[in-house]
Amino acid sequence: MADTSSIKGDLRLSNITKTYGDFTAVNDLSLTIPEGSFFALLGPSGCGKTTTLRMVAGLEEPTKGTISLGNTDITYTKPYQRPINTVFQNYALFPHLSIFENIAFGLRRRGIKDVKPQVEKALELVELSHLAGRKPTQLSGGQQQRIALARAIVNRPALLLLDEPLGALDLKLRRQMQIELKWIQKEVGLTFVHVTHDQEEAMTMADTIAVMNEGEIEQLGSPADLYDNPKTAFVANFLGQSNLIKGTISGNDGDNHIVDLFGQKISLAKNRSHAVDNSILAGIRPEKFRISRLETATSGNLLTGGKIEDVSYIGVSTQYQVLMPWGQELMVFEQNDDAVAPFSVGENVNISWESGFTFALRGDEDAEAGMEVEPEEIIDEDE
Amino acid sequence: MKMSKSGISSPRTPYLLLLPGIGFLFTFFIWPIANLAQTSTQTPVAGGDTGSYEQTLRWRNYIDAFVENKEQFGRSFLYASLATILALAIAYPLAYAIAFKAGKLKNVLLVLVVAPFFTSFLLRTIAWKQILGEQGFVVPTLRSLHIIAPSTTLTSSAFAVVAGMTYNFLPFMTLPLYASIDRIDPRTLEASGDLYANGFTTFRKVTFPLSLPGVVAGTLLTFIPAAGDYVNAAILGSPETKMIGNVIDSRFFKIVDYPTAAALSFTLMAAILVLVTVYIRKAGTEELV
Amino acid sequence: MRKVSRWFQRNLIRIYAGVAFTYLLIPIAYTVAFSFNDGGKSNLIWKGFTFNNWLNPCGAPEVCTALGNSIKIGFLATTFATILGTMIAFAIGRHKFRGRSATNLLIFLPMATPEIVLGASLLSLFLTLKINPGFWPTVIAHVMFCISFVVVTVKARIASLDPRLEQAAMDLYANEVETFRRVTFPLVAPGIAGAALLAFSLSFDDFIITNFNSGTMTTFPKFVYVSAARGIPPQANVIGSSMFLIALVIVILGQIVGRKRAVK
Repeated sequence: MADTSSIKGDLRLSNITKTYGDFTAVNDLSLTIPEGSFFALLGPSGCGKTTTLRMVAGLEEPTKGTISLGNTDITYTKPYQRPINTVFQNYALFPHLSIFENIAFGLRRRGIKDVKPQVEKALELVELSHLAGRKPTQLSGGQQQRIALARAIVNRPALLLLDEPLGALDLKLRRQMQIELKWIQKEVGLTFVHVTHDQEEAMTMADTIAVMNEGEIEQLGSPADLYDNPKTAFVANFLGQSNLIKGTISGNDGDNHIVDLFGQKISLAKNRSHAVDNSILAGIRPEKFRISRLETATSGNLLTGGKIEDVSYIGVSTQYQVLMPWGQELMVFEQNDDAVAPFSVGENVNISWESGFTFALRGDEDAEAGMEVEPEEIIDEDE
Repeated sequence: MKMSKSGISSPRTPYLLLLPGIGFLFTFFIWPIANLAQTSTQTPVAGGDTGSYEQTLRWRNYIDAFVENKEQFGRSFLYASLATILALAIAYPLAYAIAFKAGKLKNVLLVLVVAPFFTSFLLRTIAWKQILGEQGFVVPTLRSLHIIAPSTTLTSSAFAVVAGMTYNFLPFMTLPLYASIDRIDPRTLEASGDLYANGFTTFRKVTFPLSLPGVVAGTLLTFIPAAGDYVNAAILGSPETKMIGNVIDSRFFKIVDYPTAAALSFTLMAAILVLVTVYIRKAGTEELV
Repeated sequence: MRKVSRWFQRNLIRIYAGVAFTYLLIPIAYTVAFSFNDGGKSNLIWKGFTFNNWLNPCGAPEVCTALGNSIKIGFLATTFATILGTMIAFAIGRHKFRGRSATNLLIFLPMATPEIVLGASLLSLFLTLKINPGFWPTVIAHVMFCISFVVVTVKARIASLDPRLEQAAMDLYANEVETFRRVTFPLVAPGIAGAALLAFSLSFDDFIITNFNSGTMTTFPKFVYVSAARGIPPQANVIGSSMFLIALVIVILGQIVGRKRAVK
């Protein structure tokens, strides 16, 4: 086997396209993942994220384009010749080998004689030293997940790929493992590339997220960037929830646009607009809104003429549906942290927010893109 | 069928279900075997007709039978082993291809594997005899190309017997192999590649161990009938390729020597059972490297 | 050049499979081809194409008597073996009882015993009991070696059933008998049908055990074996080919029906 352990550096995908017959799974995708980062590929089922991961792992060959690690082209390198390891979706632990032998597998293949110290260290890292002698089927889902992680990490790869690693776990265990994974990544200092359809999971763990849709990257950035200033309706809706209101840019005020939303004027920072002309979709996250009774004074942007349609109390916050004069229902999340009496259905109210929170998308976008997808319900992947 | 309210049937139900079938097997399998054991130590009635024997508990029948036919015994086990190894070598890649590479053709290919079952195995064996025989097209072609000497024949030889057995038992080898290879999660193979194992190592360390149940089942389904077979030897062989089955057959029908035939049958069965037990132990507990 | 070798590497196993299939199917093709041979009685050398053998499949002496016996024996043996074997399979697959592992061993043993021993032992019993070999002893012999295969096939089907289906049926007010009739049995039925087909093909194709227990009665395999010495008549090829085609049609129909059901 060629010695590839010295290959290091950023992972670079250049103009990668992968087609299966008429179907294009990945379309001209270019991407650089810096060494040492925790990178997430986020998207709904069928968006091409798993295909991308499999090409990086060497399990698929791209139809077009190149993949390189540092300065080495690895596009056509066999999986076993890449310093890249994968935590597989359903773990793919070898059922005929003990936990110890599962973890030792990669070390032995690379001709390392004394595997014991490294395997034991990996087991310690995932806190399962006492299970070394068992077979995979004797372990719980969460334990299998950790062993799959240990089996990959023990090889100290230049790049660790995680394919929906937590998909088979229940919610509580998943949250716990998210924190642990993040901690382990810091501890071992490896580059992690994480594929998931769970936006919360991606935001919790990753430094950088690439949101994928239909084989292309919609937007790339830090979790806060993506959330606060989404570029497309798909990102705005897939990452959390957004209120998107049709409007027109009607004037200028220094660094801000003056925007007309169905006859009411609001202000929008110019550097938060991704529109290409005067027609826009103004976006505001539901928790940024404040509801006020008609007589109350407000600051920032203001929309009047709302009427409470629905109230759901969910503990830390209350969610309101507010019907606006132009027929659109806006969603508002109010923290239950002040003395203002809760609003009741049928009350007439105004809505206000700090103008800095407004973002704007192209006016010709589908305001519902990315909404049909219910990320939590998708279990099967896009294979 | 009477069952109790709890959804678990009454304790008598399983016995009622078993009784007819198990009774049948006791009468027509266990009893004949016991009877055969009994026959195996008989000796001819002094001055009696051909075929009349009496029980004298002559255990030497076994030793005589074995010593007289040890060559045929050896040949049976040698041919059966060769046929089993050849069938495994041919069937494994075939089963692997059907399980992992066939895609939509999977069902069609499985039908093709069992297709030989649909024609009489005797007809197929005779077809081989004729294809490879003096009047077939293979031998003259090979002779004219000087691949074989003018005097060499393909039939009436050990080669033909082993080839015939390999052919006849190939589906028995392929099906269990396919069943257990098909059950392997392809992701474990990908994981192996991901963990620095090349194609050959992946096969040795992951694919083969995981398909072991199929290998064991297939080799048993091939070896057992092959060791007792005499049809291939009779059709494709010569007097020099006689197997133990041919001897038992002729002892029964031509020589009417029931005790020897019985002793030979018993020795064959015992030898196979011992071999099979050792083999299962070995394959079941130790990691095959 | 690199592309060619990559293509070859990737398709090596497919090429191999193609060769293996050719090997498997050559004698069948040969048998079918020679059913059209105008070869007279011996049918050893290709002499010319004719439909005569197919138009007159009973043309060779005794071939149809032998075929008739084989079919009769096959049907009787299949019926008995399927009934007895299915009962045993349900007992093992759906009940807990003492002696289960002994039962499993008793089922396994006939499959692990060489045919020649099965045939010889049964014949020696018939001889001891002064029963002449013939039609019924052959049927009994066939039932005996088919039972195990039926049990194994049906048991596998029962084991693959989700027990929750039966629990759901009972939850929906079906009593035990109704549950068996409306849920368990219909779900196991394809397995039983498969087992019956297997039993019939084993019985129809059996030579060794039959040869021991059939006396002077002839069956199709016996007919083929006996006439092999002087060359089998083309009518035997006709019968062999038709059995092949019939079996193929049954299997294909089974697959189509199975797929339609799966779609629904």
